[in-house]
Amino acid sequence: MILYNVGEITALPAAAAMMAVEHGLGYESQVIKTEEGGRLCFVVFLFCLWQDKDRTILILLLLGMIGSLSRRLIMKKTPLYENHLNLSAKMIDFGGWLLPVEYTKIMEEHRQVRDAAGLFDVSHMGEIIIRGRDAGSFLQELLTNDISKAANHKVIYSPICYDNGGVVDDLLIYKFSDDYYLLVANASNTDKDFDWIKEHLKGDVEAVNASHLWGQLAMQGPLAEPILQECTDFPLRDIRFFTFAPEVMVSGVKAIISRTGYTGEDGFEIYVPAERVSMVWESLLEKGTTKGLVPVGLGARDTLRFEAALPLYGHELSPEITPLEAGLDHFVKLNKDSFIGKEALVRQHTQGLQRKLAGFEMVGRGIPRHGYDIMDDANRIGFVTSGSHSPTLGKNIGMAMLDIGYCQPGTEFDVIIRNRPVRARTVELPFYRKKYKK
Amino acid sequence: MKVLDGLKYSKEHEWVKVVDNRAYVGITDYAQDSLGEIVFVELPEAGTHLDAGDVLGVVESVKAASDIYSPLEGKVVEVNEALADDPALLNEDPYENWIAVLEITDDSFLDDLMNPSDYEAFCAGEE
Repeated sequence: MILYNVGEITALPAAAAMMAVEHGLGYESQVIKTEEGGRLCFVVFLFCLWQDKDRTILILLLLGMIGSLSRRLIMKKTPLYENHLNLSAKMIDFGGWLLPVEYTKIMEEHRQVRDAAGLFDVSHMGEIIIRGRDAGSFLQELLTNDISKAANHKVIYSPICYDNGGVVDDLLIYKFSDDYYLLVANASNTDKDFDWIKEHLKGDVEAVNASHLWGQLAMQGPLAEPILQECTDFPLRDIRFFTFAPEVMVSGVKAIISRTGYTGEDGFEIYVPAERVSMVWESLLEKGTTKGLVPVGLGARDTLRFEAALPLYGHELSPEITPLEAGLDHFVKLNKDSFIGKEALVRQHTQGLQRKLAGFEMVGRGIPRHGYDIMDDANRIGFVTSGSHSPTLGKNIGMAMLDIGYCQPGTEFDVIIRNRPVRARTVELPFYRKKYKK
Repeated sequence: MKVLDGLKYSKEHEWVKVVDNRAYVGITDYAQDSLGEIVFVELPEAGTHLDAGDVLGVVESVKAASDIYSPLEGKVVEVNEALADDPALLNEDPYENWIAVLEITDDSFLDDLMNPSDYEAFCAGEE
C-alpha cells in the first residue's frame, strides 16, 4: 500500500502576491493580503541566520510549514488565470479558487451553450488516480454505483458515502483498465476525498492525487462536436455518451476526451497536462469563435446544470443528505455485496424515504434561493437546495428537499422569501431536457 | 460608467433626485453593471415610512439578491410598477427608471450623500 499526495509539494509563501477581488454588489467581496506573511518569513529567516547558523535549518523547516499553511489561506488559481484576465472576466472566489463567474453576461453565456457551444475552464476539479491489482475491488467498496461490469474507457458517475449514508462527494470514474482508474472530484472536496480514500485503502492499490498536474476544459452545446472536430483528427462521433478516448491529439496536445458534461447539452470534457491547457484553450477559442463558441463562466455553469437538475455538492448533496434522498437511486446499487454506507442506505430504502429532492416553480412573485425555508402553514416541510431565475424557461424555479408528502407534482406550499411566504408548487424534474445523441 | 449631474449618490450605489420635497430614488449605472442582468425587483409599498438605511427594495440578478437601501428618511408615495413586469429596464436605463418616490421628512440626510464627482471617485476606488 503506497500513498502519494503530489499536491502537497509546498510552494513558497513569498510567491503569493496580493490579490484584491471585487465582486460587485451581489457577490461577497474579499481582499486577501499574503505579502505580509512572505515578508515576515524572510525577516525571521535573516534574524536566525544572524543568531545561529545551525538553528537556521530548523527555522527553514518551520518556514516550510508556514508556507504550506499560508498556501491554504491564499486563493488558488487555475493555469488559465491569465487567459481569463485577458478576456476581462469578472473573477470570484469559488471555494478558495479564483475563477471567472462571467465573461460577458450570465444569461448570454447560458443561451449560447443551449444554442451553439461554450468553453469552460474546469481545471479546479480534482483528479485522483487509483491503481493496482485490487483497484477494482477497492472502488467497488468505495462507490455506491457498480463498476464491476464496466468496460474499459467507460465513464461511471457515482456518489461516495459515509457509513451513515451521507454523501462524501460525487465523482466521475474513468476506467482505463482493470487496474487503473481516474477519479474526478469536486474541487473543494478533493483533499477530503483523498483523505477518505487513504483511510480505506486495502490490498494492492495506491492512490495518487494528481490534481495539480491536470488542466480540464469542458466544451458543451449542440455545436460542441463539429467545433472540437476542427481541432482533432480523431473521429469524435466514436466517443459515445459516458465513454472516453484516452489519447486524442487536440491542437497538438495529447488529451483524454470524454463525452460528458454538466449542462444538459451534448459535449465533451477534455483533460490535458496543466502546462499545455492554456495553449489548447486559445486554440479552441480561435477555431470555434466564428461558429459561435464563447468562453462561459461559473455563473452560467450553475444555471445550466440547475435547469438540467444535475446535483451540486453542498446544495443537493451533502453529509446530511443521502443519495437516495437526492433522487440518485439509479447510481446506488443496493444489491452489491458490500460498500461503505450500504447498511444505512438499505435501511432507509426499506423503511421508505421521509423526504426527497423535488423540483418546484414559483406561483407568486419571487426568486427562491439556496437555504430558504419551505412551509405549509406553520409547519416547516423542507428547504431550497438551489433556486434561480431560469434563463431558458423564463420562470423562477427551484429544487428542494421536501417532506415526502409534498413531492407529488401540483402540490402547493410556501417558500419563505425575506420573511414572507410566497406560493410555489411542485413540478417534475428535470426542468429542462434536450434530446441528443447518447 | 455613467454618472449624471444634478443627482446625489450613496455609498450603496443608489441615486437621489430631489424635486421640491420629493425624492426620486434609483440604482446607479455602476450598480446595474455590477449586478448583471436584473431579473426581479421587489418594490416597497406606497405609504411605508422609511428611515435612512432601511431596506427600500430588492433587486435580483440570476446569481444574487441585493438590497436597495433608502438613502434618506421619508414616506413612500409612489413606486415604479413597470419594473415589476420588466426588471431589465434597470439595466437599460437605471437613471430614467427610478424605483420609488419618497416624501422627505428629514432632509439632513441629503448632506451625507455624494455629489457626482465624489461618487465617480468613490466608484474608481471600488474597482
